[in-house]
Amino acid sequence: MSHPSTYEPKTGLTRWLDSRLPLMRFLNDTIVTFPTPRNLSYLWTFGGILAFCLAVQIVTGIVLAMHYAATTGDAFSSIEHMMRDVNYGWLIRYTHAVGASMFFLAVYIHMFRGLYYGSYKAPREVIWMLGVIILFLMIATAFMGYSLVWGQMSFWAVTVITNLFSSLDGLIPGLGTSIVQWVWGGFAVDNATLNRLFSLHYLFPFIIAGVVALHIWALHIPGNNNPTGVDVSEKLKEKETLPFHPYYTVKDVFAIGVFAILFAYIIFYAPNYLGHADNYVEANPLQTPPHIVPEWYFLPFYAILRAVPSKLGGVIAMVGAIIVLFFIPWLDTSRVRSTRYRPLYKPFFFFFLFTCIALGYLGAKPAEGWYVIASQFFTFYYFAHFLIVMPVVGIIETPKPRPKSIAESIFNERRDPSSPRLVPAE
Amino acid sequence: MVATLDENVTRRDFIHIAALAFGGVGAAAALWPLLDQMNPDASTLSLASIDLDLTPIEPGQAVTVVWRGKPVFVRNRTPEEIEKAKAVQVAELKDPTAQVMDAPEMPATDENRTKPGKEQWLVMVGICTHLGCIPKGQQTGDTRGDFGGWFCPCHGSHYDTAGRVRKGPAPTNLAIPPYTFETDTKIKIG
Repeated sequence: MSHPSTYEPKTGLTRWLDSRLPLMRFLNDTIVTFPTPRNLSYLWTFGGILAFCLAVQIVTGIVLAMHYAATTGDAFSSIEHMMRDVNYGWLIRYTHAVGASMFFLAVYIHMFRGLYYGSYKAPREVIWMLGVIILFLMIATAFMGYSLVWGQMSFWAVTVITNLFSSLDGLIPGLGTSIVQWVWGGFAVDNATLNRLFSLHYLFPFIIAGVVALHIWALHIPGNNNPTGVDVSEKLKEKETLPFHPYYTVKDVFAIGVFAILFAYIIFYAPNYLGHADNYVEANPLQTPPHIVPEWYFLPFYAILRAVPSKLGGVIAMVGAIIVLFFIPWLDTSRVRSTRYRPLYKPFFFFFLFTCIALGYLGAKPAEGWYVIASQFFTFYYFAHFLIVMPVVGIIETPKPRPKSIAESIFNERRDPSSPRLVPAE
Repeated sequence: MVATLDENVTRRDFIHIAALAFGGVGAAAALWPLLDQMNPDASTLSLASIDLDLTPIEPGQAVTVVWRGKPVFVRNRTPEEIEKAKAVQVAELKDPTAQVMDAPEMPATDENRTKPGKEQWLVMVGICTHLGCIPKGQQTGDTRGDFGGWFCPCHGSHYDTAGRVRKGPAPTNLAIPPYTFETDTKIKIG
């Protein structure tokens, strides 16, 4: 449904440019006239919010790099120097640190929205898979950025996570150790490690930006999904869609504004609420903090890692928790996109949401007693949801009747009986 | 076998394959320095051995020294600790190999994890073999776990008085680095 171009250059200059580099035409077709379903809810504003988050992280990050020293001797004090001496350094650093949390909050909402409304189903599989790649890159970037602070949590997070590779020794003796030493550039996490983490932390956001461009490009081929999951009908396109600008530009900007209120609240009133006090202690390679916990956005994955009682098995499960997302478009056998019309699948969806939150809670708890058993149960369901529930429910479920078109759903859902019923065109 | 020429295969095809193979090998060769630069560099490798004087370490005491950026635990074990370690049968261990870096496949007896005649000295890399945390047990007052040796607070691995894993997620015993007694009271690690 990529739509025909309606751009008409009006001045001599734009006509000249259009025949050489049709940049204005591209922008006009993608962010001005792009036909967008008119029934999108606010859950559809998170794409715009995420673009905002990425921009905030890149801009604040470039500025912070002007004051950061990527050596083990100076890294921690250069952070304190930003906080105390650099003009507005505290604001920029807190924005960057809180920004990482906000980025993940938004991306998780964005993903659950896609899961609920079946936005990953044909013809949108590639959009979804590019999204999973972006998630993976975000995880890597956030992890590397956290290490740069060079506090105790930073240091031990790097140590524990890079040591995950050593589990490969269980497959081929020596393989894991060689990889870990290659990653470290030494025999322990040290200066060489910090330097390369900084280099890659600066690089990855731009790779993310590139994959985001592909993600949006892929989105513009079929166009947006919508809460009904029903395709825009070619006949009723005029009634069912609105041009992206001004309707969705304004809506997205409003949503970004609301999101920014929460963002600003945390920056100004609780900047360290989402962090750990231990990370204000400088890295000490000879002393491990009593309780190592990742940032909140990694907790579900950390819980999965610890739920499996074997080292290699835990690593495989944790990586598998992300890899499995790639296959969702084919694991879900239902032909109905929106969970709104899937009575059997709906409770499973919400139980899956609960599972992710429960894993997040358990990831923050020590790995002992019933916490371990609960982690194992929810880890099992995490995978079972994708590998068993999605394929089986799709086959045995009888979906509720879906509206024949978006237009029908819009006009029939109105409570007022006097409102005109839409009669589809002949 | 008689060599035959397929009429569809031309000299041009050969040139394509040859050029692609040549370019591929060249690209791989160019990639190697970019990957290998991340391996431990010469200055890191040059710090590979240290000397340690054992005289000030009383029985029951332990010190931690840094070797290759890693903590190395050196404990002067008491006779009771040695007895406890010797009493354990290799068959009941989670990891039955000694994990001596030079000869890791030896059975994990207390004799194999120490030097002959110097069995009060236990020298180990003080890094939990699970995910790399530093186990507790070096300082007086530290919790030493259920087996009187070391305890890793991160994910709860217990090590005995010979540094062998007895309980918890750690897959292998604490590693024994290469070291030699230069004199009766001095060791060289690395």
